[in-house]
Amino acid sequence: MGAEPRSDLSTGLKPWHAIVSEALKRNEVRLVTYVPDRVLTPLIDSVHKDDFFTAFASTREEEALGIVTGAWMGGMRGAVLMQTSGFATLPNALASLAVPYQIPLLMFVSERGTLGEFNLGQALVCRTMRPVLDALGIENHTITRLDELDFIVDRSIKQAVATQAPCALILSPLLTGGKKFAH
Amino acid sequence: MDIASSAAHHANLKVTNRFELSQRLVALLTQGEAVIGGIGNTNFDLWAAGRRPENFYMLGSMGLACPIALGVALAQPKRRVIACEGDGSLLMQLGSLTTVATLAPKNLTIIVMDNGCYQITGAQKTTTAFSADIVGIALGAGIKEARWAADEAMFESLVRRALLEDGPQLIAARIDDKPAVATTERDPSLIRDRFMRGIGVKA
Repeated sequence: MGAEPRSDLSTGLKPWHAIVSEALKRNEVRLVTYVPDRVLTPLIDSVHKDDFFTAFASTREEEALGIVTGAWMGGMRGAVLMQTSGFATLPNALASLAVPYQIPLLMFVSERGTLGEFNLGQALVCRTMRPVLDALGIENHTITRLDELDFIVDRSIKQAVATQAPCALILSPLLTGGKKFAH
Repeated sequence: MDIASSAAHHANLKVTNRFELSQRLVALLTQGEAVIGGIGNTNFDLWAAGRRPENFYMLGSMGLACPIALGVALAQPKRRVIACEGDGSLLMQLGSLTTVATLAPKNLTIIVMDNGCYQITGAQKTTTAFSADIVGIALGAGIKEARWAADEAMFESLVRRALLEDGPQLIAARIDDKPAVATTERDPSLIRDRFMRGIGVKA
């Protein structure tokens, strides 16, 4: 089973995936391509169900980055959804395409390999993500709270477009509920 | 053509030249077609064949010419979009052929210049120098309109066809191991800006 989205009944906030897809819509981000992640499944499902979005799977994260780059240059905004291990395949394409060509590439990364996961490989890969982003000077935020989510996503999209720069939004298990484990 | 006959056909193809084919391609582009030139010799010869504002030149990100072209094709369905790629680059991102086949944009054509080697790094052989057949791979990925150009004249007629008929299409040509005749100006933000203006995204 997929992770249940955390929502805050006391404040009446929507689930995290609804907040993200609404922020994408509000900012005219129509193309959403992804390499799947169990935690991202409710977001992937919601963009597939909504005709506003052109949503499809790519075979690699690099490919997804290339597609979003082409779409941006052609006048269509796009985002890539991935998990941490997928992000680790991207440094070359970020350094030779998205950053130097000034592409407002939006990356949503489901943070795996932390806060109680069991796979050592994922845990090690997770530790490479922020140093890579910092080395390339890519704006990045780790989102842990539902009440900050819309503000961060909305503002980050606007800044990426205005400054013509990629941006990574790391979705913490504190926000998404993370991976659910079998007992 | 099926996969087996494509492979058999491969040995009988004329060995053409990248710059020659690039010039013939550019001469056929009269409707503002967008062209994405893959890393290295492929975009160098495209650059040398004529500085169209609708051309985009990659300076790294090996393998991403087809994905970039797919993105442009999705964003601008009324414009014809061409990815120009080498065999070594395409081999690095073969999965993208399956994405192209699945989304099936009618306005997208992939041109593969196949010299069977990584010319720019010392002409080490690629796997297409052995048993791998680019057209067979494309057919297997689900791109039904995939053909070898047997010579320069057939290359031109396949390009004409690709510009008129629904795609996605793939045209592959065997080329010699000559280096490109020039090198592209290496200014990424200028290349990107020119391209966006060339295809009407920026005024």
